[in-house]
Amino acid sequence: MKRGWLYQAGLLAAAGLVLWFFVSNTAHNLETRRIASGFGFLWREAGFEIGETGAIAYGAADSYLRALGVGLWNTVRIAAIGVVCATLLGTLIGLARLSPNWLLAKLAAAYVEVIRNVPLLVQLFFWYAIISENLPGPRDALQPLPGIFLSNRGIVFPTPWSTPVLSGFNFVGGMTLTPEFAALLVGLVTYTAAFIGEIVRAGVLSVGRGQVDAAYSVGLTRRDSLRFVVLPQALRLIVPPLTSQFLNLAKNSSLAVAIGYPDLVSITNTTMNQTGQAIEGIGIIMAVFLTISLSISAFMNWYNRRVALKGARQ
Amino acid sequence: MSRIPQWIRTNLFASWPSALATLAIFWLAWKLVPPFVDWALVGAVWRAPDARACREAQGACWAFIGEKHRFILFGTYPFEQHWRPALATAVLMLLWIFSSLKRNWNWRLPGVWVAGLCLIAVLMWGGVFGLGYVENERWGGLILTLILATFGIALAFPLSILLALGRRSTLPVVRTMCIAYIELIRGVPLISVLFMASVMLPLFLPAGLTIDKLLRAQLALILFAAAYLAEVVRGGLQAIPHHQYEAAEALGLSYWTRTLHVVLPQALRFSIPPLVNTFIGLFKDTSLVLIIGLFDLLTTIKVSLQEPAWSGLGVEAYLFASAVYFAFCHAMSRYSQGLEQGPAARAVRAS
Repeated sequence: MKRGWLYQAGLLAAAGLVLWFFVSNTAHNLETRRIASGFGFLWREAGFEIGETGAIAYGAADSYLRALGVGLWNTVRIAAIGVVCATLLGTLIGLARLSPNWLLAKLAAAYVEVIRNVPLLVQLFFWYAIISENLPGPRDALQPLPGIFLSNRGIVFPTPWSTPVLSGFNFVGGMTLTPEFAALLVGLVTYTAAFIGEIVRAGVLSVGRGQVDAAYSVGLTRRDSLRFVVLPQALRLIVPPLTSQFLNLAKNSSLAVAIGYPDLVSITNTTMNQTGQAIEGIGIIMAVFLTISLSISAFMNWYNRRVALKGARQ
Repeated sequence: MSRIPQWIRTNLFASWPSALATLAIFWLAWKLVPPFVDWALVGAVWRAPDARACREAQGACWAFIGEKHRFILFGTYPFEQHWRPALATAVLMLLWIFSSLKRNWNWRLPGVWVAGLCLIAVLMWGGVFGLGYVENERWGGLILTLILATFGIALAFPLSILLALGRRSTLPVVRTMCIAYIELIRGVPLISVLFMASVMLPLFLPAGLTIDKLLRAQLALILFAAAYLAEVVRGGLQAIPHHQYEAAEALGLSYWTRTLHVVLPQALRFSIPPLVNTFIGLFKDTSLVLIIGLFDLLTTIKVSLQEPAWSGLGVEAYLFASAVYFAFCHAMSRYSQGLEQGPAARAVRAS
């Protein structure tokens, strides 16, 4: 045991030494580059416009702090909408793979195989190219359903309180998803749904055929047997890996920087380039994502405890 | 002959919902497939001197790929020397194929890799045997993607074993440090680790000492992959029955003897299929180096599109990128499924 403590003391000393080396170098480098460390820059004027500000009013004269707030809002928005849509689509795909209909099952399997084997970044570029290069302008917008318009300016759809109308070169009214937001959402949802589909499939398969037969034989309908027998057991297997898919989706939303959606990473990147505050910027990104990750984990752990076997070891 | 109608009835029209789904799929196929074939094959332009011929045609412009394939595959490597990265790519792929065969899993394998990597280094850098020197700022395209993924996984692996052992260690300081590292890295996006390597690392080093961009990105990928691989190895460690640990301890073996001769040989065998899956993930993730400005396969494709003569061909270009990545990832995922289900896996489970 004594040797163990010696190892640990050595490890701590080595880690401390490396840390001291980095910190002293950084201090020296910042001094020669005349960069003041600290978060004081957050209150300075940002001086850049943001294409999509969401619920937060923002102009170039506002502070970096406010700009980062807009970025955080955009990250949370895409992640929240993405998680809901990916869960729905993923469940459909998982169930489609289990369908007795051969065509549907094969189609879902092919979808999963293709989507999972192509990098998300390539898929994002692909969707962005389709929307911004291949869709017609607002005047010739496609109308897949009455009131919904697809054009190279994004997707416009009606809300209960306003309907979109073409006025001049663009639409007025309704709700608009910008091309960047639409491409990111479609990319993240279709990508994550392929992984969620496999999780749902494995969860449902884990419930033995005997359980379903037993449910029918005690007179439960198909719906009730799904609700009271299959689902409660399947959820126990589905929830933990589902959590890590939600975390992946939140982390992958940072690829927004590559297609120009102003999420937290993209705005921090601009801020770092303008101010040179690289350490603070990366610190902010990491702190925010760790907080998001921990929040999702905490929520899903709470949900998992609800669906887990009573008295089972966690 | 009645077998086919029978099959159609049970698999496509077994019930009303099933029949509706079948009809809906046929309707969608009828709506989507002919226009796609028209665009991708019938109306496509396969050869064109410039993009003008493409603009006039209605179909896909595959001529873009034909015209730009050298730049896409080899980046800014000197044009008349392209045979060198081409040969290096082939050598690297042969090394992977060689390592995937179970009968080559012996003490000769590391030697083959060292020899292969030396050959690749000589081909890529040159400077000896009459080959001109090419600095690694000019490397690019497919070989860069392959190199980043290969070294990423190869160097992350030993690190991940240490991290996994540390996470299960009884020494509190070691355990805490390993858990903190693994959870920190797994909690943040890869892009933040890449930013750290590209912007923060130069600040950490003494003035005058610089590490080039490729090496910094490679370092970030290694540190990132190690955290994920550590969890894979930990899974393998947990899969070993507890009596194995107890038996080794009862024999009076020291920690490192126990670990090296009893625990790891078994744990790593359990970890091979998920390890291949982590490798697929890392292979896809290398595309993120585009954001910090390295010339990997995806970057060369994106840069080709920026040329005014060929702009507006994003769909063709990214379909081509998807096809290349898919070919590699699909092959690896089939291989990993084979390991999970094949006779090799049964041998692993039985042993």
